[in-house]
Amino acid sequence: MSNLVEGATGRWEVVIGLEVHAQVISQSKLFSGAATAFGAAANSQVSLVDAGMPGMLPVINEVAVEQAVRSGLGLNAKINTYSVFDRKNYFYADLPQGYQISQYLQPIVGEGVITVDLEDGSSRDIGVERLHLEQDAGKSIHDRHPTKTHVDLNRSGVALMEIVSKPDMRSAEEAGAYVRKVRAILRYLGTCDGNMEEGSMRADVNVSVRHPGDELGTRAEIKNVNSIRFMQQAIHYETSRQIDILEDGGSIDQETRLFDSQTGTTRPMRSKEEAHDYRYFPDPDLLPLEFSDEFVDGIRATLPELPDAKKKRYMAELGLSEHDAQVLVSERDIAVFFEEVATGREAKVAANWVQGDFFALLGKAELEVADSPISAAQLGGLIDLITDGTISGKIAKDVLETMFESGQDASVIVEEKGLKQVSDTGAIEGEIDKVIAANADKVAEFRGGKDKVLGWFVGQIMQATKGKANPQMVNQLLREKLKP
Amino acid sequence: MAELTEIGIAEARDLLSKGEVSSVELTTAHSVAMAEAQSLNAMITETPAQAKAMAAASDARRAQADGGEVGALEGIPLAIKDLFCTNDVLTTAGSHILDGFKPPYESTVTDKLWKAGAVMLGKTNMDEFAMGSSNETSYYGPVHNPWRRQGDGGDNRNLVPGGSSGGSATAVAGRFAMAATATDTGGSIRQPASFTGTVGCKPTYGRCSRWGVVAFASSLDQAGPITRSVRDNAIMLGAMAGYDPKDSTSANKAVPDFEAALTGDVRGLKIGVPKEFVLDGMPVEIEALWQQGIGWLKDAGAEIVDISLPHTKYALPAYYIIAPAEASSNLARYDGVRFGLRVDGSDLTEMYENTRAAGFGAEVRRRVLIGTYVLSAGYYDAYYLKAQKVRRLITQDFRDVYEQVDAILTPSAPSAAFAIGEKSDDPISMYLNDVFTVTANLAGLPGISIPAGLSDEGLPLGLQVLAPAFDEETMYRIAGVLEEAAAFTAQPEKWWRSAS
Repeated sequence: MSNLVEGATGRWEVVIGLEVHAQVISQSKLFSGAATAFGAAANSQVSLVDAGMPGMLPVINEVAVEQAVRSGLGLNAKINTYSVFDRKNYFYADLPQGYQISQYLQPIVGEGVITVDLEDGSSRDIGVERLHLEQDAGKSIHDRHPTKTHVDLNRSGVALMEIVSKPDMRSAEEAGAYVRKVRAILRYLGTCDGNMEEGSMRADVNVSVRHPGDELGTRAEIKNVNSIRFMQQAIHYETSRQIDILEDGGSIDQETRLFDSQTGTTRPMRSKEEAHDYRYFPDPDLLPLEFSDEFVDGIRATLPELPDAKKKRYMAELGLSEHDAQVLVSERDIAVFFEEVATGREAKVAANWVQGDFFALLGKAELEVADSPISAAQLGGLIDLITDGTISGKIAKDVLETMFESGQDASVIVEEKGLKQVSDTGAIEGEIDKVIAANADKVAEFRGGKDKVLGWFVGQIMQATKGKANPQMVNQLLREKLKP
Repeated sequence: MAELTEIGIAEARDLLSKGEVSSVELTTAHSVAMAEAQSLNAMITETPAQAKAMAAASDARRAQADGGEVGALEGIPLAIKDLFCTNDVLTTAGSHILDGFKPPYESTVTDKLWKAGAVMLGKTNMDEFAMGSSNETSYYGPVHNPWRRQGDGGDNRNLVPGGSSGGSATAVAGRFAMAATATDTGGSIRQPASFTGTVGCKPTYGRCSRWGVVAFASSLDQAGPITRSVRDNAIMLGAMAGYDPKDSTSANKAVPDFEAALTGDVRGLKIGVPKEFVLDGMPVEIEALWQQGIGWLKDAGAEIVDISLPHTKYALPAYYIIAPAEASSNLARYDGVRFGLRVDGSDLTEMYENTRAAGFGAEVRRRVLIGTYVLSAGYYDAYYLKAQKVRRLITQDFRDVYEQVDAILTPSAPSAAFAIGEKSDDPISMYLNDVFTVTANLAGLPGISIPAGLSDEGLPLGLQVLAPAFDEETMYRIAGVLEEAAAFTAQPEKWWRSAS
């Protein structure tokens, strides 16, 4: 598969590197005890430290350190038992200290690698350069007042993990798959909720272009993109913009750009004169962060099964196809749901129901698994009714729809609507006899060798029984009665 | 009974416990003396009403205890350097930019002092953000040293008290605070103590919490006491010190009974005398004082050892890179957005520029510029990183030397107090004031200055004792012996009273 872009001067390759900012799941902020809940009233979760008051000092939150190590392990990365917090200095109204505490030269997590799965079924390894801990800034709100800017410091000091990839991606699709995979891993680990709408995950996207085989081109960095779709749009736009400039004989400025979701374009964030010199230096208020290998091992021992391992197990032990396994492990919530449905049931049947009809209903309602109106136990109950012959698979599809609408158990719906399968031989035989008697021509056709007519007969019986006749029995009895 | 403003903490403690004096009496005496000393400009904020209320509460606690245990500083009236945040009391750091700032919190050190029973008389003047060695950089104007040159036809200009803790040293020397808190980043406790005939100790980095102390240079700042005697100093440090989980650089170590270390016995101790501290052009009287101190310790049975701290000459340049670098970042929060001064502008950037230009004085702006420069891309390695390497070498020098000796004796400052305005146009000559004190900050080690004699012009001169990290006990033990030998009893005339 080629991701190359045709241009007037030949084919171009786009090179993408991502910096994913993931908010750490933690009760309190990185260096203060203030709460981190989303959606709280403005400036209600701000400690004296977060507000940058004189004489206030940061104290590292141990939970955030654990979460970073956990994430590093999930990304198959090297854990650095010695790391250093630095100050990144710049002025802005929502940055009370006048600097952000981050990690610059010595991050808590070093190189790692993750495997991303692409739509054509292939997979690719994408390198992780590092993961470091840093503070979030507050939020400036410019649209509440004609001449003033409001500042909400609730986010100020919230712990973020910045996960920096290597420039290993070659298409918007790969970039999307990478973000999805990182998000899935962090969700499995319980270290970030991955909720891009609430801002708990966002990405800075580095894009450059080159002719294949050339040195890396000059990159532009698109800041703070908050959805995968926007990220992909930004990459497409940025790729054409850069190719156009280069093919016109121009050169790319290394700069920071903003994505405008209204227009789908990017524009420079600040002029060159305003470019920051962040003057990084080790934060003298904090000692270097040191922990033991035992601390890391303790965290390693509590890691859950991650998507890649789970996928292998689904294929090897449950006999699922690679595609089914892939879909079911793609999100932690889906895997948890599936595993509950599959417990004590035929795994393949469970897999088919989960990612077939169930997913179709979710998709139609634009819901995530977590918001599903029916539980895994309820879906399992429906499958049980098929297995024990109470209803047919066909009826089950209708029952599932009703379950989805009402939230009721399958058994209740089957009972109320009288959908129990008719497995009474006498009743089915009676219907068959009626149909045979009324359709002598069709009987003759069948007996003349037209096997297909059997399907027509089955349809008639099912219609007459409102679909409740046990299809296997209908088939069997029909064959017997139609025998010449 | 002596006048109540003439006694120290130890004596007051005895009188209070015997019921011969109340905290209200002690406190009132000091508040009155403070009001009479306004021409010295040692205080930024006086809090006599609060002082009286705290003193009354202290007397009530003492009565409640009925002869039982009370706090280590129960009823003792103190002045607080205006770098310590004090709940709902104006805290300025000597700067215009903190106009009107009343913190809704109390620094850990002052909180510990109040819990130990102490009483706050007010907040002392200081160099702006503790940047200075003469107290002339304060937005609130210079502090006048209680001491004046003696002799006929001499220069009788008013003198600086040293800095940055000039107000604290003056309040203690001028007998209007029994003791005072101070901070020391490059010598800001020890040099003013030397200039005012008081005892000033900078403990080991990490001994006192920095939480709630307005930061100048975080890796160097350390709080300590300025007192009238070594014993008072040991008592007060005991109340200030201790681990604070709110300060990640505070040391999780038990606080020893510093007062108990004053055994008066230094027999067998090895005292190092570093050859690098002999400066070209150092006044003869400083050299003579040093020799005098060496003689006293020898007489007391200590062994004097010539030592070398080879990287000493790089200490001052390294300090004047590291301290401004940290300061340039620490002072970024004074941006006019949330507290203190704001001077409006047409946009955010202009508001920053206007506020910081109006709010910071010349010395602070100079150091912010130096600090910004040495951290900038392309200069970081040559300046900041190099200075950090020097700092490690200096620390290693001390480690090596403390293999051979128990403590080090040096002068506290290269001169006696100088006149107001005498050096304020020459930053380099001003920075040289820190030459003997700054190495202890770079290495994080404890040091104390004690008054040991008078200059030819009748001004106090101090000797400095440096000790290994967290060995303030040895430092106090030696300081106590020097104090006894020096028998420094001179006092400035209270000329400011008649002037008022």
